[in-house]
Amino acid sequence: MTDWYPLWNSLRIAAISSVIVFFAGIFAAFYIARLPRIVKGFLDVVLTLPMVLPPTVCGYVLLLLFGSKRPLGSFLAQHGIRFVMTWYGGIIASAVVAFPLMYRTARGAFESFDENLAWAGQTLGLSNSWIFWHVRMPACRQGILAGVVLSFARALGEYGATSMLIGYIPGKTATVSTTVYQLWRTNDEAGALFWVLVNLAISFAVLLTVNLLENRRKKA
Amino acid sequence: MALEVEIEKRAGDFHLQTAFTCGQELLGILGASGCGKSMTLKCIAGIEKPDRGRIVLDGRVLFDSDRGISLSPQKRRVGCLFQNYALFPNRNVRQNILCGLQWEKDRARRENEAGRVIEMLGLSECEKLYPAQLSGGQAQRTALGRILVNRPELLMLDEPFSALDTHLRLKLQMELLNLLKDFGKPVLMVTHDRDEAFRMCRRLGVMERGRMLAVKGTRELFADPESRAAAVITGCKNIAAAVKTGEYEVFVPSWNIHLCTDRPVGDHLTAVGIRAHHFSPSETRNRFRMRVIREMEEPFEWVSEFRTEGQDSESPAVWWRYARELRPDTMPEYLGTAPESVMLLYG
Repeated sequence: MTDWYPLWNSLRIAAISSVIVFFAGIFAAFYIARLPRIVKGFLDVVLTLPMVLPPTVCGYVLLLLFGSKRPLGSFLAQHGIRFVMTWYGGIIASAVVAFPLMYRTARGAFESFDENLAWAGQTLGLSNSWIFWHVRMPACRQGILAGVVLSFARALGEYGATSMLIGYIPGKTATVSTTVYQLWRTNDEAGALFWVLVNLAISFAVLLTVNLLENRRKKA
Repeated sequence: MALEVEIEKRAGDFHLQTAFTCGQELLGILGASGCGKSMTLKCIAGIEKPDRGRIVLDGRVLFDSDRGISLSPQKRRVGCLFQNYALFPNRNVRQNILCGLQWEKDRARRENEAGRVIEMLGLSECEKLYPAQLSGGQAQRTALGRILVNRPELLMLDEPFSALDTHLRLKLQMELLNLLKDFGKPVLMVTHDRDEAFRMCRRLGVMERGRMLAVKGTRELFADPESRAAAVITGCKNIAAAVKTGEYEVFVPSWNIHLCTDRPVGDHLTAVGIRAHHFSPSETRNRFRMRVIREMEEPFEWVSEFRTEGQDSESPAVWWRYARELRPDTMPEYLGTAPESVMLLYG
């Protein structure tokens, strides 16, 4: 009987971090587009950095922040929150790495939004938040959805930052990607291959979804 | 019932500085693209914020830089018909119109009012259609319906016909005039099309490079545009530098002719304009010798280009338009123009 824990753990980490990244990404994309050009350029670089940095560097920075001997880490530990070597630490690691994908796709979608629609709503007396959720988001939904799926896929496949922050504890912090490495390292080639195939199947399904969404967007 | 606007705004090299009032009428703002007409509408709607100035609608202060007042677009009660109509793409005609009715808290009354307006605008057959499926006319009526149910105190139309085919334009202009007859509030319409402006508006303002040049009755504006820019935007084809030579006389050096005028010439005259339609071989006043150099036939008119005798070879040929049935067998050697057709332009 296969132990499915890594799949379950990977899925919940990816799902929760996608939700976080969804809100953080659209929030950043929406507000940063409105900032003065210099500030915008700077923030844009900072927020996209995790996409081009090696995930191990992200993991290192996260350890600097959340390590139990660091100010923030020890403060959180006093309140019973520990991101190092816990499954939910994986949420932080995946979210940081997946965030730029959501941020950049959402920004692209917002930039192609016809601002006249928002202005029309305002002159009709509709509140800005109503316009955001009922006009802007539906008009950009294909792009936003593609961003969500992409960041979910990225979170699911996260290895570097995750392994540094939460390591590999079977039944506790093991994810699909860390399991592949662990099984291969311990010469369990068949086990590794099994998880590789699981991983391939999920990634394939996710990318297929993205392509379908993009095709629909082109038609619309 | 009036709108008073007096605003100033700088954006890069562009400097908007405009002042006008609009009563219970349809006031047109005529200007080339980039002259600041749309920016003016956005400032009134509250989408753009002027650097300085005052906007008052029926005594309600919408914007006052001295008193630090700037109402949000939501609170201004200013309806704006955008160039592309800005219908919400994920909502059908009825749902779009209902968006203008959110102020009405009673659901039944909301549905009633939407139904009434859909009926009035003849949108019954397409009320379930989405914006992408609508014709230009239907889209315009839907956008207008969405604004009217919102009960604005002022209506602004931003190039309302530019997205439509030419043959539809005239029809929709008549429809819109008919709809606005009972509106009873100030209406501002921005356009770059002089025919449209002439047909729709009794009073017109001309805008050029961020400034309002003249606001006056449409007929008076076309008869006496006063400035070179206004003459150009009202479609005057023949404009040439001129100097004052008498109380009622000017000299046009590049055409080498003297012209009598029907009104006294001001000292700071810079140019004269004569519309292409205002030359005639039978006119005995202001006669000059000329030679036609090119001709073009149109469905109902002839367009000729001529040069006056002794015209400066560097200066452009003069345009003359006349109805087909007035075409003589042999080209005349002389043309004349009435003194009232000589438009005196200052600056």
